[in-house]
Amino acid sequence: MTLVLFRIDERLLHGQVIVGWGMRLGIELYVIVDDELAESEWERDLYSAGLPEGTTAEFVSVEQAIDLFGELDARAARGALLTRGTAEMRSLADAGLLLDRRVNLGGLHAAEDRRRVLTYVHLGQREAEDLEAIQKASIGVSARDLPAGREVDLESLIDVLE
Amino acid sequence: MSEVRGVVVAHGNLARCLVETVESISGVEGALKPISNEGCSPELLMARIRDAVGAEPALVFVDLASGSCSHAARLVARDGGRMPVVSGVNLPMLLDFVFHRDMDLAQLSERVVEKGRAGAIAHLPDLCL
Repeated sequence: MTLVLFRIDERLLHGQVIVGWGMRLGIELYVIVDDELAESEWERDLYSAGLPEGTTAEFVSVEQAIDLFGELDARAARGALLTRGTAEMRSLADAGLLLDRRVNLGGLHAAEDRRRVLTYVHLGQREAEDLEAIQKASIGVSARDLPAGREVDLESLIDVLE
Repeated sequence: MSEVRGVVVAHGNLARCLVETVESISGVEGALKPISNEGCSPELLMARIRDAVGAEPALVFVDLASGSCSHAARLVARDGGRMPVVSGVNLPMLLDFVFHRDMDLAQLSERVVEKGRAGAIAHLPDLCL
């Protein structure tokens, strides 16, 4: 259980995650679950550039994440697992991997088919369905941008949406 | 001689504050354009950078080497922008930039990085030694 943070954030590996969460939680390994990045060496380098000393990033597809979950979760390094959207995290939940984990919603930005529920969270029908499925297959889903920020549970987010 | 424009992309209000401060210290106006990542999806931030850079070559300054600003700027550059991306933006590098905008873009990028680094010095008083 060395993966200590599961976060959905469109920006994946960025300042708030590396500094705000990473420094606070002592994260040494970032596992980025993303089919596109897993295929693109250029973008993997882009996201790895400028990581603090002593931290590494690994990029896996959703399928690889499911296969390798046990191994990634048993590393000596404390890890954070990041997905760009709700669908990727839902795949992990559907595979039964998140039953004893909490999922953090960290950033979904405005889009045509989404409505704003928090300054940093915008949800559409598809995202809401994914999050409810994740909620059922985990300890729970809540939004929080930074460790010191206010935690908002999924029910409150869905209430705003309806 | 044509002068390169600078675009500063940073978190929160940082870019605007840096640009305003550079203008008030240097007296050079309009050389730098600030962009904030506040509330931006990666796609929106890329669009803002693309708009700010336009068709002319530009030098793009970002705050963190690994952050949403840097990622967006480098993706725009990869997709055909004539724009070097310099991270670790600070006041010394911007102040030097506004007075050397007629330089070759690649040389200017190296130059401002030197200036930015040179501006970071630890001054230790005797009591700390």
